[in-house]
Amino acid sequence: MNYLNETIDSLHKKLSDKELTSKELTEKTLNGMKDKEKDISAFITVNDDATKDAEKVDQEGINGPLSGIPIAIKDNIVSNGIKTTAASKILYNFMPVYSATVLEKLEAAGAINVGKTNMDEFAMGSSTETSFFGDTHNPWDFDKVPGGSSGGSAAAVASGEVVAALGTDTGGSIRQPAAFNGIFGIKPTYGRVSRWGVIAFASSLDQVGVMSKRVEDSATVLSTIAGHDDHDSTSSEKEVPDYRANLNKDMTGVRIAVPKEFWHEGTNPEVIKQINAAIETYKKLGATVDEVSLPALKHAVEVYYVLASSEASSNLQRYDGVRYGFRAKDVKNIKDLFVNSRSEGFGNEVKRRIMLGTFALSAGAYDAYFKKAAQVRTLFIEEMGKVLEDHDLIMGPSTTTTAFKIGDKIDDPLAMYMNDILTIPANLAGLPAASVPAGLADGMPVGLQIMAKPFNEQAIFNAAYALQEENKFYEKIPTALKGED
Amino acid sequence: MISKDEILHVAELANLKLKDDEVDNFVSQLGKIVDMESNLASVDTDGVEPTYNMGDTSTTFREDKGIHTQTREQMFENVPDSENNLIKVPTIVDKEDDE
Repeated sequence: MNYLNETIDSLHKKLSDKELTSKELTEKTLNGMKDKEKDISAFITVNDDATKDAEKVDQEGINGPLSGIPIAIKDNIVSNGIKTTAASKILYNFMPVYSATVLEKLEAAGAINVGKTNMDEFAMGSSTETSFFGDTHNPWDFDKVPGGSSGGSAAAVASGEVVAALGTDTGGSIRQPAAFNGIFGIKPTYGRVSRWGVIAFASSLDQVGVMSKRVEDSATVLSTIAGHDDHDSTSSEKEVPDYRANLNKDMTGVRIAVPKEFWHEGTNPEVIKQINAAIETYKKLGATVDEVSLPALKHAVEVYYVLASSEASSNLQRYDGVRYGFRAKDVKNIKDLFVNSRSEGFGNEVKRRIMLGTFALSAGAYDAYFKKAAQVRTLFIEEMGKVLEDHDLIMGPSTTTTAFKIGDKIDDPLAMYMNDILTIPANLAGLPAASVPAGLADGMPVGLQIMAKPFNEQAIFNAAYALQEENKFYEKIPTALKGED
Repeated sequence: MISKDEILHVAELANLKLKDDEVDNFVSQLGKIVDMESNLASVDTDGVEPTYNMGDTSTTFREDKGIHTQTREQMFENVPDSENNLIKVPTIVDKEDDE
């Protein structure tokens, strides 16, 4: 199966018209994956029982839009009976005994989980290179990273292995890989989607979202997974709209803010050129565009790496080798068991974040780092909120560059962290944000980032859909895949 | 800047044991990152409330009622070592050096 020219709607029609069964579609999907995985390596675990799940859906009959449709799931979202590792050695053998709420909701809608996608270990990274299970390759250039941390989900969608995938986004982990792979990806408002069963990285920032080639497909999936969950008290009780049915590409009178700090000198001029062209498209479609300023942006990376690392150091205390996961051998006492299991089980980047967070929370550093960062976060939220009082959307580039070469930045953590500067703001402020393909720079995809007011995902879908219908980027076939034919 | 002693202290707090070359690496890498984070000191935050949590809900209540989730057997599926239906771990009180 090749999904490059398919949508959830086109597949749903084939299934409804009995042109093919979900079992056949799932078999084709698994075969297509087998073919493409040689070059892409987007998956950590393929769900070999997916055809059985599909058979069950066939028996029950095709109902809603996702009924019988294969979808990929990032490997930090727990799946009952299917290995879930968060791409870490410390969970290399972990077999969940329940499923995350998002997965339960997808399965209740008839979607088929075809496999668990590769990612940076515990979602800490921007290139999928920190995975214990090896690199994933960008379908536009196999020598380049797919971005991260949801790099496997992005590459699986961009290469046509699946029509849509779930990702998670703590500081840009959906939007940056979406941009690098030339697909759409949305991180909803904090609290829009349940985090129950999502392996925690930074609990005040983490959010599950969707990646797909077409905007309308992510709209369908997000309506399915969003909503309140008794298991997650931070999940909102606000009603979930039917984003797909409400899609409206009319941009007349839409007020767009462009923060001048997003056009900073460090951003590749070719990327800027594509973003400026996208902004011009919105003007042509009737939107108004104002330049605004977000002075606190220059501290975003600092705030993020203090807070995210601190929350991570706390969340990752649970991995101790006792109840599940990797357990170190030849230890003489319980303290050794904890220390050795953690030291052998966590990779370099995860240790680095745990160290950073433990430092920021330690006596003597707490006020100057953790509390200070939390205060600057407040200023940041206020600043973004003020801009959104007079504007419907904030736009800018999703990333400062296009995808970089595998190996280029992995030894320079600070350079890697700076990658996230444009995506972090939405997480710090809890805002919904997406990346939509804007064009190509030196042959690699560029993503336009769109942010909106809390719980106004619809405004993002609408604007992204408007651009998609103008530039029809989804018609482009990733360059490295062409070489295959 | 962050000293070697500080790195070793933080590693101890985090239950991590670092190899010598890892310690050296962390001294230089974490030093650079912490220096970057120290820029926060230049922001005036007098009287600003910190944001520690997100979400639009406050404390939520539920009925005080047990919910059936996983069985004991299921919970044991991932336990690395067990005996008599209990999780097995090495000695907790170390006899050799009597910590």
